[in-house]
Amino acid sequence: MISVLFFAQLREQLKTDKVDLDINTPCSILDIQQSIISTHPDWSQFIEGRTLLTAVNQTMVDTEHMVKQGDEVAFFPPVTGG
Amino acid sequence: MENTNDSLDYVGVQLDDFDIAHEYQLIREGNQQDGAVVFFTGLVRDFNQGNDVTGLFLEHYPGMTEKALQDIVDQAKNRWPINRVRVIHRIGQLHLGDQIVYVAVSGKHREAAFDACRFIMDFLKNRAPFWKKETTTQGDVWVEALEKDKTAMDKWHDKK
Repeated sequence: MISVLFFAQLREQLKTDKVDLDINTPCSILDIQQSIISTHPDWSQFIEGRTLLTAVNQTMVDTEHMVKQGDEVAFFPPVTGG
Repeated sequence: MENTNDSLDYVGVQLDDFDIAHEYQLIREGNQQDGAVVFFTGLVRDFNQGNDVTGLFLEHYPGMTEKALQDIVDQAKNRWPINRVRVIHRIGQLHLGDQIVYVAVSGKHREAAFDACRFIMDFLKNRAPFWKKETTTQGDVWVEALEKDKTAMDKWHDKK
């Protein structure tokens, strides 16, 4: 099981802050996105082709990063603190 | 890099406001080795990205935020001969003129302290998971990330 968290504008667009995925691992961030979209086709407009950032276990990664069971994955828009 | 750290660093994410005078004391207290203190404070201003702003809400990613800030501080300390670093970032509902962020760096000399303070802010703007939602006269608006903030961070990769 992999937990996927959403933040900020993305969380509002998807109307949820978390989904749990049953997915074979290791898998890439792109595989995770495809798996989410296959369950929620209406989310593709918010996830695909957008400049989302990704973190795995609370560290930013790129889309080729491989995810394993138990990892915490998060998707969010570019950050705007400071 | 010369290690002058006396282990009085601090990274904090909090709802509450902070007191600059108190913070300045914490950077100086018992510190006779440093000749320079540089600090930056970010405030909520009344106009942004074409909107009249009346306040803002700061969302963050609990856990990752502290980790990301600490990682930025560690990078700065590896790069410059600096001593104490204190970073505070607020979350939750803020109003016009409120303090949002505080970065303070002490060191033997001003050059390293100035550079490290700016480096920490430039990386915080791009790497720390905070998001601002502004309350404006046109409604609530998520703040868009700016290219200039990314350019400011990328400049540090070219410098040495």
